[in-house]
Amino acid sequence: MIMKKYVWPSVKLTLVLIVICSVLYPLLIAAVAKLAPGGGKGETVMVNGKVVGYAKIGQKFTDDKYFWSRPSAVDYNAAGSAGSNKGPTNPDYLKQVQDRIDTFLVHNPTVNKEKIPAELVTASGSGLDPDLSPAGAKVQVKRIAAIRKIDEAKLISLVDQQTEKPFLGMFGPSKVNVLKLNIALDQLK
Amino acid sequence: MNTELIGVIVTFLLTVLLAYPLAKYIAKVFAGERTFTDFMNPMERFIYRISGIDSKKGMNWKEFLTAMLMINMLWLFYAFFLLLNQASLPLNPDGNPNMAPDLSFNTAISFLVNCNLQHYSGEIGLTYFTQLFVITFLQFVSAATGIAAAVALFNGLKHKTTENLGNFWDIFTKSITRILLPVSIVIAVILAFNGSPASYDGKDSIVTLQGDTVAVSRGPAAGMIAIKHLGTNGGGWFGANSAHPLENPTYFTGMLELIAQMIIPIAMLFALGFYIRRKKFAYMIFAVMTIGMLFLIVPTINWEMHGNPEIAKMGIMQATGAMEGKEVRFGPAISGYWSIVTTIISTGSVNSMHDSSMPLSGMMQMLGMLINAFYGGCGVGILNYYIYIIIAVFIGGLMVGRTPEFMGHKVEAREVKIAALVTLLSAFLIKGGTALAAYYFVQHGNADWAVKPSAWLNNPGNHGFSEMFYEFTSSNANNGSGFEGLGDNNIFWNVTTGFVLLLGRFLPIIGPVAIAGLLAKKKYIPESSGTLKVDSATFGILTFAIIIIITALSYFPPLVLGPIAEYLGM
Repeated sequence: MIMKKYVWPSVKLTLVLIVICSVLYPLLIAAVAKLAPGGGKGETVMVNGKVVGYAKIGQKFTDDKYFWSRPSAVDYNAAGSAGSNKGPTNPDYLKQVQDRIDTFLVHNPTVNKEKIPAELVTASGSGLDPDLSPAGAKVQVKRIAAIRKIDEAKLISLVDQQTEKPFLGMFGPSKVNVLKLNIALDQLK
Repeated sequence: MNTELIGVIVTFLLTVLLAYPLAKYIAKVFAGERTFTDFMNPMERFIYRISGIDSKKGMNWKEFLTAMLMINMLWLFYAFFLLLNQASLPLNPDGNPNMAPDLSFNTAISFLVNCNLQHYSGEIGLTYFTQLFVITFLQFVSAATGIAAAVALFNGLKHKTTENLGNFWDIFTKSITRILLPVSIVIAVILAFNGSPASYDGKDSIVTLQGDTVAVSRGPAAGMIAIKHLGTNGGGWFGANSAHPLENPTYFTGMLELIAQMIIPIAMLFALGFYIRRKKFAYMIFAVMTIGMLFLIVPTINWEMHGNPEIAKMGIMQATGAMEGKEVRFGPAISGYWSIVTTIISTGSVNSMHDSSMPLSGMMQMLGMLINAFYGGCGVGILNYYIYIIIAVFIGGLMVGRTPEFMGHKVEAREVKIAALVTLLSAFLIKGGTALAAYYFVQHGNADWAVKPSAWLNNPGNHGFSEMFYEFTSSNANNGSGFEGLGDNNIFWNVTTGFVLLLGRFLPIIGPVAIAGLLAKKKYIPESSGTLKVDSATFGILTFAIIIIITALSYFPPLVLGPIAEYLGM
């Protein structure tokens, strides 16, 4: 009685739903996504016909001639995303932040400490944050101008060009994609 | 006004606006009225026929729960078996290994119970096969189980006297074919067009602009991300969950995922009003829940936008707020909002790392889960709130000196006992579990487990205590978010939270459905001038007070030891 009333219906209904939810549904989405940018494989960015990265995934920039990206708890490993999970009062963590501030000031000696944007001394949630705030890019302009011997004003206007406004102009923060910014930087002159 | 705050407000308003028509639709589907999705009828009849189901036959509360528990048990074994053997199954382009038995145990339960606590990272812990056949599958069916249980309650409230709570198979199946699947398809397609991957290709390898070689994990994720939110599941495709740029690529997808996770809990509430023809009752509950939510959300957003005071002491202004564990494209406002939304409604997906939230924001996240009924999870939020209602009715009855009644039925000792037990069970599981963990951490720091107890905590002091308390809170609430610094992939956490997950899921479903069934069987007493008006503001305030009192009495001590002490030490 229990078999007929509960067990067999459970087994058969489960099999049908596996076909619907685990086979047909993802196949449908994969098929439709072929029409999307990147064809559902993730959108890539090319320079001179060579893929240099994924548009949405941040990458490590530590070279002084590039705009630095944010600190990452996983060193921008896009096959193992994670945040630092450091608590706000953890003494080791706070020392790490202080070290980042000091390092930043060594490489950018003209910057006034309080102007350093928070995102440049803190690790992101994914470890793959592709963006900076516009201030986070502009604070690095003096350093890059000196190394690349480019006019500062030109770099500031480059950052402005690359700044993405809030969604629909109304919602959320403005931001700059660091990879795209650095590609544009390489193409200056 | 600041664009980040406007984004938050508009996201919430859009959620409510969209939940209203969805609620009308849901009420019609379960009342068997005509809807525009009736073209699915032949397919559903086909499913019932090959499954040998008589979808018209009513069930009493015992039959309803038996069917529900039977099919859930089957899924548990199915999921456990696949996870253990995933390396030898197809669709494993990245060559990921089998899951260890204790982790399989935890993961199978966690997704079965709609919690989605994850002691693994998707990139290396699962294969595409188990992502789709275990994770995605359970995300659909566990959400539908929750909805079905809530509809059983609706049926109990709708009729004056009845034994029939509806047919489990029918309600469950229609939750998928009429609600979860169609809406998921829409969300998944939008996600795919905004940058989430959906193809079956494995890892890619690229050389970055600076010259580093990097592997990039991908996969058919868009569909899973859709149901993960719509079903208030919350488990991420990638380790970083919805903070990951492929799992949540833009501010717009962030808004979409927020709306997706909140829409069914709110719609179910409105649907209750339409379904039992007591709209005022539903709106009163909605008001209480919304006020409760605002108490948690407003201060959290404020703290996160002001930045970390400890970093301010170093002389940094933090114009962009507390950015540790947050993504620039979201910013602190909507990250703070998300952290509360995901904890009050038992999703548990994150767009920022809760472990790095400000101390009192972390407390608000915990309170969201400890109360677990401000909207609450897919279907089960109403059931949790119903428990609070029963207790409020009982106490209200005592205060006016009459036999307590709810919707024309006498609430007697048996029902109140069940409600009290369900409430006390949570406190026992959460505090008992945390105490046990703290005991092992202190007394057996060198136990020979995959992660030694002395190495469990990623942060010292009170915050470390919070990591353990959060883990059990999240497990019991079937939430699934975590203070992820906790070293939780070892036998202690996998087994203890596994049991807490099971008890925290099924007893709070069995309890309310049983109460609904017991009450609905009783003789109907027409309302009189002496009846407690359950749709009045007075009763709303009473219920709210009951929620606050129960929560404060149960959890004040651990909250003091964790987040409050951390805050005071700043």
